[in-house]
Amino acid sequence: MKNILIIGANSAIAKATARLYAAQNDSLYLLARDPKQLAVQKDDLMVRGATSVECAGFDATDFTKHGALIAQALETLGHFDIVLVAHGSLPDQALCESDFDAALEAFNVNALSVISLLNYVIKPMQTRRDGCIAVVTSVAGDRGRQSNFIYGAAKAMVSTYLQGLRGCLFPDNVAVVDIKPGFVDTPMTAHLPKGALWAQPELIAQRIVKGVEKRNSTVYAPGFWRLIMFVVCSVPEVLFKRLKL
Amino acid sequence: MKMHSWGRYPVSDTTLETPTAQGSFAQYLATLREDDDAQTIARGMGRSYGDSALSHTVLATKNIDNFISFDEDSGLLRCAAGLTLDAILQVFMPRGWFLAVVPGTRYVSVGGAIASDVHGKNHHVDGTFCEHVTELKLLLASGTVLNCSRAENVPLFHATCAGMGLTGIVLEATLRLRRIQSSSIEQRTIRTNSLEEAFEKFEQNLDCTYSVAWLDCLATGQNTGRSLLFLGEHTSDEKFVTPGKRSISVPFSSPSFLLNRYSMGLFNNVYFHKPIRAGEVQRIEAFQYFFPLDSIQNWNRLYGRKGFLQYQCVIPDEGALEGMRKILNIVSASCKGSFLSVLKKFGPANQNLLSFPMQGYTLAMDFKFEQGVLPLLDELDRVVADHGGRLYLAKDARMSAEFFQSSYPHWERMREIRREFSADSLFHSLQSQRLGL
Repeated sequence: MKNILIIGANSAIAKATARLYAAQNDSLYLLARDPKQLAVQKDDLMVRGATSVECAGFDATDFTKHGALIAQALETLGHFDIVLVAHGSLPDQALCESDFDAALEAFNVNALSVISLLNYVIKPMQTRRDGCIAVVTSVAGDRGRQSNFIYGAAKAMVSTYLQGLRGCLFPDNVAVVDIKPGFVDTPMTAHLPKGALWAQPELIAQRIVKGVEKRNSTVYAPGFWRLIMFVVCSVPEVLFKRLKL
Repeated sequence: MKMHSWGRYPVSDTTLETPTAQGSFAQYLATLREDDDAQTIARGMGRSYGDSALSHTVLATKNIDNFISFDEDSGLLRCAAGLTLDAILQVFMPRGWFLAVVPGTRYVSVGGAIASDVHGKNHHVDGTFCEHVTELKLLLASGTVLNCSRAENVPLFHATCAGMGLTGIVLEATLRLRRIQSSSIEQRTIRTNSLEEAFEKFEQNLDCTYSVAWLDCLATGQNTGRSLLFLGEHTSDEKFVTPGKRSISVPFSSPSFLLNRYSMGLFNNVYFHKPIRAGEVQRIEAFQYFFPLDSIQNWNRLYGRKGFLQYQCVIPDEGALEGMRKILNIVSASCKGSFLSVLKKFGPANQNLLSFPMQGYTLAMDFKFEQGVLPLLDELDRVVADHGGRLYLAKDARMSAEFFQSSYPHWERMREIRREFSADSLFHSLQSQRLGL
């Protein structure tokens, strides 16, 4: 039985992951923007077998409240075995290019808030010398593409941060797992046309649980994205800049 | 977008909306109400075969898939309508609970199971799915939410159960689960060489909880109606195996010529003659007994791009044998039947206005969509009508309004209730339009 903090718990991927942990009788603490939806999720997870579920509303971009929120979660759970960070938004690339406020908001939500939140999580996990931090980033962070490089750059910032953090926490026996999903069929991507590469959030959730259990460094979800991104990253820049990707 | 249901026929142009929370359904309805011509229907897993979950705008319930509460003492489970029976069984089977009624696939939503009032292999003992639904929460066209049960809003309850989504959108339901002592089923297989013999065996085994027969609808002459009858009982060995995952998938539509009278005839022959001793008893996992086809993901693609039609009729006891024999003769002469034919004895009908089952026998057959199939099914309709039977709306994609209206005695009452709650101003499927509901 583990104690798990999930940030951005209403995201489709986090929801599917919480269900897998509930089935293992774990104790969960959920943070998400919409408290009404959290209450629905709490009941659901209790029926599915969770030992306990507590939740609180939170605003990713209100950095000043992060410390108190994490402290409250820690007090409720006692300690963190797993911290899963899954909140995010898919910004409108064109808008971000013409309006810096939109770009700033995208960076605040997708990147800076993660760093802010983890700041408060790291200390107690270091002290306990155990546990795992898992953050949902994206394959979009592996290489900047003209179609969504604001989102990609934000995710890349988190991935690079996690690389450093991984080394930093290694002596303390705290694992840092970077989850990189490809295209996932969720409410965040409901407006996009779907093709053969799209995966269901349940599949991503299985990869997360397995990756956390094995304390992997980087988890591509589904796994074939590792190969796709290897190819994408191997294309020489002279060629890549000419591709309408 | 282009949308079809499980039979892949018909295909319609549809706007798909996927509300993310229960509360947002009312907002979608409010938007739709602004347009006088708006037509919409709720859609769960899209496992009905024809056009009952197709409309101009389709409201998918897949994101409202949460459990709400479970009472260990009474076995009453409250959940949202988009939850699948698979999800319920995954959570509750290992804890010693089973659904009171399961259809042939577990990949249906609770809302869909209610709308179609699905039946299972225990219909002759336990009735339909809705007979174990104690209460439901219904969103009306007006945006009002009503609780419906056998004590509250009773007429609306009986119109919504088996109501094909035509009274409103089911948001939540309370189901009564059944206690089981094991996750396995003791299966007894009986081989019968004719339709008469199959009927006889059904009648002799009425006290058996589960019974279903696979029938070779391509067999002719002496062999007409030969079948394998599968009887099942829950065992009590206290072993609960965690249900497995589905294994293989049909990745794309296979060329439909692969399924022809010869390949299917061969399959049926091999299947019928698979080695079993008379009255052999086997212990198999519940999922294997109840959902054999669920182990092949997207099996509907086997019928090719044009899809297929499933024809499921029921004929009341008195004319059942004669009617079924006529149907099988027509089908085997046409050489258009296929390998998936299922025969089952039903118990009495219930009070739900558009519920399909009635005391008698039901036969389900698949037909690849090809030239000549529609006239063939019209011919079968005449036999079913002559013997006082009817067709299952969840499978139907083509029956005439006349046949529907003459075979479902309460259809006018259904239309009255739709009018009373203004459901007819908003909730329409292609099927309800076709059938004059």
